[in-house]
Amino acid sequence: MDFQVVWDNLSYFFVGRYPKGPLGGVGLTLYLAVVALALSFVGGLILGLLSISRNRAVRWVSSSFIQIIRGMPLLMVIFWMFFLLPALFGKGMPASMTVITALTLFTSAYMSEIVRAGIMGIPKGQTEAAVSTGLTHRQTMLYVVLPQALRNMIPSFVNQFVSMIKDTSLAFIVGVAELTQIATQVNNRTMMYPTEIFLFIAVIYFVICFAFTELSRWLERRLAYTKSI
Amino acid sequence: MNYQFDWAVVTSGKYFEWLVSGVVVTVKISVVSIALSFLLGLVIAVMRMSRFRPVYWFAHGYLEFFRNTPLLVQIFFWYFGSYKVLPDAVNQWLNAQGFEFAAAVIALTIYTSAFIAEDIRSGVRSIPKEQMEAARSAGFSYVRSMFYIILPQAVRLTIPPLINQFLNLTKNSSLAMTIGVAELMYQARQVESYTFKGFEAFSAATVVYVGLSFAITGLMTLYDRKVLQPIKVR
Repeated sequence: MDFQVVWDNLSYFFVGRYPKGPLGGVGLTLYLAVVALALSFVGGLILGLLSISRNRAVRWVSSSFIQIIRGMPLLMVIFWMFFLLPALFGKGMPASMTVITALTLFTSAYMSEIVRAGIMGIPKGQTEAAVSTGLTHRQTMLYVVLPQALRNMIPSFVNQFVSMIKDTSLAFIVGVAELTQIATQVNNRTMMYPTEIFLFIAVIYFVICFAFTELSRWLERRLAYTKSI
Repeated sequence: MNYQFDWAVVTSGKYFEWLVSGVVVTVKISVVSIALSFLLGLVIAVMRMSRFRPVYWFAHGYLEFFRNTPLLVQIFFWYFGSYKVLPDAVNQWLNAQGFEFAAAVIALTIYTSAFIAEDIRSGVRSIPKEQMEAARSAGFSYVRSMFYIILPQAVRLTIPPLINQFLNLTKNSSLAMTIGVAELMYQARQVESYTFKGFEAFSAATVVYVGLSFAITGLMTLYDRKVLQPIKVR
């Protein structure tokens, strides 16, 4: 094994052509993950709240939507977006926007389950107490249930971020220059060192994801501790 | 939009046969990987519960590494890079099997086994430890109490998360298209590029994936209601 190829392309792996060109590599991977996660937090919150709505029709529609998205492979969602978005908006979109849309849609569905479970996990007494002090249903949700539920969900959100980072590797398929795409480019150019290159990016992904996995475990322990006192 | 729908493209003829052959390959790859990943997951789970430190650390490292690396990167690693790490004899044998298929199976098996091992372990841990104590004091050895007392109870609890992992594996097998395995997603893409009927082709593939996951989800709900609720521990 000869890791020289990795050192030669180190800055390409981390930021792509950045100062002189567009951001790529690890930088783009993190950018995609952060933007898509922020958007799917909003999407997941909305979908999650809709799926426990008191209106049956709303509940049914949002739950079926969630189930359908969860039944699809992410790759399928990406192809759909790649295919549908230009048809809907009448013009081509940058590939990175397509991927962010697909990741957001996909993760929102998973996020909504976390939100739903988080809200269900708040004891009924809280809602009853809030309602009996005269808060409306909306106020109860906004000021009493959600703040507690969201805090309990933080570890799951961090876990979702880890999945998101792993999922951004699929942006490769539509030619977005994130880490996996950069690796295949370098591999196609050098031909000789696939083992070294893919081992290297696997380790990079691992370091990033493992750090966040540990963070989520730490948060979980902390949360359990704060709850116990 | 003036798109002409033509569902006949995907419901009959050559392109229908392509999609069907895609489904067959998806099923094949999934079934083989499910069987292997279950066995490997079981082994890793047992190693993870071992009190012998080196074994424990190996299993722990295995779990963390393969869970925290994208499946696509693992597929590429096995497909492009495994020839440098595997013995020559193994490489030749794999080449004879069709290397795309083998690489996809290896990657899916290893990736999923890490998740399965964690599910099995948490299933075993959810059995109250008094069960083990009672079994031991009734004269069972550690291995026997594991096999006759703990595992039979744990398996029932572990089935839903395991089935979930198998479902994930089936969905993840779509990534095998990136190395040229002609499974369902690959064929849908193929039909799209030959006919420009992307909407129909992707719809057909979506129906298969979503249909499968709906069926499994339905069965799991039934299982939960009929089997798990009546025996609820605690």
